Amino acid sequence: MSVLHIINKSPFDRNSLDSCLRLALEGSAILLIEDGVYAVQKKSTAAARLQQALGKHLVYALQPDMQARGVTTDSMIDGIELVDYDGFVKLATEFDKSQSWL
Amino acid sequence: MATKKFLYINRKAPHGSIYAHESLEVVLIGAAFEQDVTLAFIDDGVYQLMKDQDTSAIGSKNFAPTFRALGDYDVNQIYVERESLEMRGLDKDDLMPLTWEDEDDDWAEKDSIHIVSSAELAEIFEQQEVILNF
Amino acid sequence: MKFAILVNEGPYTHQASDSAWHFTEAALRAGHDIVRVFFYHDGVNNGTRLSVPPQDDRNISERWSELGQQHELELILCVAAAQRRGLLDEDEAKRAGKDSNNIAPGFEISGLGQLIDAGIQADRTVVFGD
Repeated sequence: MSVLHIINKSPFDRNSLDSCLRLALEGSAILLIEDGVYAVQKKSTAAARLQQALGKHLVYALQPDMQARGVTTDSMIDGIELVDYDGFVKLATEFDKSQSWL
Repeated sequence: MATKKFLYINRKAPHGSIYAHESLEVVLIGAAFEQDVTLAFIDDGVYQLMKDQDTSAIGSKNFAPTFRALGDYDVNQIYVERESLEMRGLDKDDLMPLTWEDEDDDWAEKDSIHIVSSAELAEIFEQQEVILNF
Repeated sequence: MKFAILVNEGPYTHQASDSAWHFTEAALRAGHDIVRVFFYHDGVNNGTRLSVPPQDDRNISERWSELGQQHELELILCVAAAQRRGLLDEDEAKRAGKDSNNIAPGFEISGLGQLIDAGIQADRTVVFGD
């Protein structure tokens, strides 16, 4: 019975990532889409938070949104899996429900 | 009709945007479908439940009193995250006293609002089947 | 699997409608069913017939209409949200004494109950918003 947490805002714009991490049980997964993909950048001050999250959750990022924003795989912290929209759909089927942190 | 566990998550303050108002409308209309409904108020969403909201000077419709009707619609599982309240310097006394009447307990009036920790709320999320955010 | 999709934002201003469209399109390609795409809050603005975006940009409303037509999707605009924001079909316009209607083909105006019903019928509900 697990949750796919979807975050669509940058960690510097909203507290969605922080609230999600406070409320996500171990075993649930996090998918970064839209502006949420900025969180993957290893040089940002948010990197530590996401790094910690990787200890408890699988973390995915939507590749088309990264590409749109010029966020390269080189700039990413390790351990994040990239998915396209097909992969997004697959995740939505694999997890029992999704929670969009709006 | 199947019964599913619906969770409505509220993270936005009222009045500065329409999300709080329109999400309450979903809850009220949804009540007719007799599903197992839970509401969660997190982050700025906790502000939606504050007492003494008066929109007369800003000229918009004050929908806050409608929360009091939730008990009549069998919506009485209302969870407020303690951490969100504390960060905002609020406690239970700052919130509207929302209640419901338990017909299985001689119509005793009970609190609909439960202030819970993040950990408890996380467990509540896991039990749900449909999660709506606005 | 059966999906219910909720779109809470209008075209262009937020990426929500785009993300929802790409997700829906991918789900259909993978052979899944879409119970309903429900548009709420400013999402009802996706149903406008009158959008004239620049030639070199995507036409979000038309893209939804086309996907809807190709796959016989239910594209539902919440009646209360639509009325508030001036999205009216012919009947609503007449009833409200307005001089025009503006719903794009393939979109239908209906009640919030359709959202709850979609959540009940679907195996997965995915929400796109701000």
